Amino acid sequence: MVDVTQQLFNGLVGGGFLAMLALGLAVIFGMLRVVNFAHGAFYMLGAFGAYLLLTEAGVNFWLALLIVPVGLAVVGMVLERAFVHRLTRLDPLYNFLLTFGLALILQDAVKSQYGTQSKPYSRPALLDGSLNLGLFEYPRYQVFVLVFALVVCVAVWLVLARTRVGMIIRAATERPELTRALGIDVGRWVTPVFGFGIGLAGLAGVLAAPMRAVHPAMGADLIITVFAVVVIGGLGSIFGAVVAGFAIGMVQALGNLYVPAASQILVFILMAVVLLWRPTGLFGREEVLT
Amino acid sequence: MPDSAEAADIPQAVLAAPAALTARGLAKQFRGFRAVDGVDLSVAEGSVHALVGPNGAGKTTLFNLLSGFIAPSAGQILLGDRDITGLAPEQIARLGVARSFQITNLFPMLTAREHVELALAGRAGQGFMFWRSDRLLIEHADRAEELLASVGLEHAATVPADTLPYGQKRALELALALALDPKVLLLDEPTAGMGAEDVDRTVELIGRVRAGRTVVLVEHNMNVVASLADRVTVLQLGQVLIEGEYAEVRDDPQVVAAYLGEPDAAH
Repeated sequence: MVDVTQQLFNGLVGGGFLAMLALGLAVIFGMLRVVNFAHGAFYMLGAFGAYLLLTEAGVNFWLALLIVPVGLAVVGMVLERAFVHRLTRLDPLYNFLLTFGLALILQDAVKSQYGTQSKPYSRPALLDGSLNLGLFEYPRYQVFVLVFALVVCVAVWLVLARTRVGMIIRAATERPELTRALGIDVGRWVTPVFGFGIGLAGLAGVLAAPMRAVHPAMGADLIITVFAVVVIGGLGSIFGAVVAGFAIGMVQALGNLYVPAASQILVFILMAVVLLWRPTGLFGREEVLT
Repeated sequence: MPDSAEAADIPQAVLAAPAALTARGLAKQFRGFRAVDGVDLSVAEGSVHALVGPNGAGKTTLFNLLSGFIAPSAGQILLGDRDITGLAPEQIARLGVARSFQITNLFPMLTAREHVELALAGRAGQGFMFWRSDRLLIEHADRAEELLASVGLEHAATVPADTLPYGQKRALELALALALDPKVLLLDEPTAGMGAEDVDRTVELIGRVRAGRTVVLVEHNMNVVASLADRVTVLQLGQVLIEGEYAEVRDDPQVVAAYLGEPDAAH
């Protein structure tokens, strides 16, 4: 029993990463209709950014948690202006190719510079050790990650649901042309939203650095699962991305416990089942796909 | 002012009015064909001006040109005296031209109140100033309540538009148009796919919204055109076939031929 609850907790923590990454993908897809294949690469850059800041400049985890996502968000905005934006008028396939190529370039650039070996990144002193959660001892850092991921997801939801900019983003996601016909400059929001999504990926990367191996392929390994999460949650559904992220995290953790041999493919079996049952995903709407 | 004796005179009065919206030599070249081919159009202020014509006549393209959703290959568009050729859709909207779309007039997941608030935000040209929105938002929220009440939707303010019954969706569209308070309203097939009862209700709604505004209407239903339009422009193959009052246009042999699709119709 303790094993199960502990695994579920692990699942929630892993789900937190999936949810933050899927959230960024969903926001970008909603606003730009671009599937960002480079999302995993930016997660990897987030972790490397934290590692490099520490080793090259002595910047600690807490500052990196602020600097790296903001820096990557700026990089994302520049990329959107310089490349993505130019291709949005063409077939979406061009942006798939662009972001896919970008992912390969970023990953190989990091690999050629820093090699394929995992880089060590120690937990911040404040979050070292473990916490007694009643049933079991659990690492403090993991608890922090879970709480942090939940706070990020709730904050994004509040911004989207309660603020004017959130209203505009939801409107532009559903009906870009009608939004413009109401006199709202949708184009103004495209670049910041892309940057925001990239920043979220970077944030997840920094959080991953102390508990997962920092290496060039870390994003590529994870991003396939994140795509499955987005599809299960419903393409373009922000709520679906978050819920599916945490759910898939737990499915993977339970898979590790009960069917370790199949734990890697469990997500994709689940995706196939969900798609057979609901072709637009759990929270997707048919119209979003057209 | 419009008592029944004077109602018959409206077209004449309208003819004398200055143009609210003018197109000069407007053309749009797509790959291989000209969807709109040198259209001159003058929409008198305060009039309801219908654009009719068979499928492929260029009506929707002309609408997209007038509202800035596509850029013309040639020609000029004037709003009053102001040249709006080549402006972005949101800029044209803020100058007082509101448009509807054939099918998707609402945001399915946004609440009725959010619809109206969006339109108010867009109209104020502050769609982007979210950080200084506190005071304005309250103003907008109050105004939104008023507008919703004026179309009988106050009870449905917090419900996603998707879940509203058909008639209330139409009412919400009206509230959207009123929120924008446009000088010129472009309506793309407002009665498409409707049954007779809804057509009547929509004609009545348009009759209400048109007060003090100019309306350009793409419409297939000739009864709707007959009851609303002061002027009718018939388009064919991207060009103006004929323009006039409904009665004269209806009986024109060219128009009859164009609608029946006779081969000698195009001259």
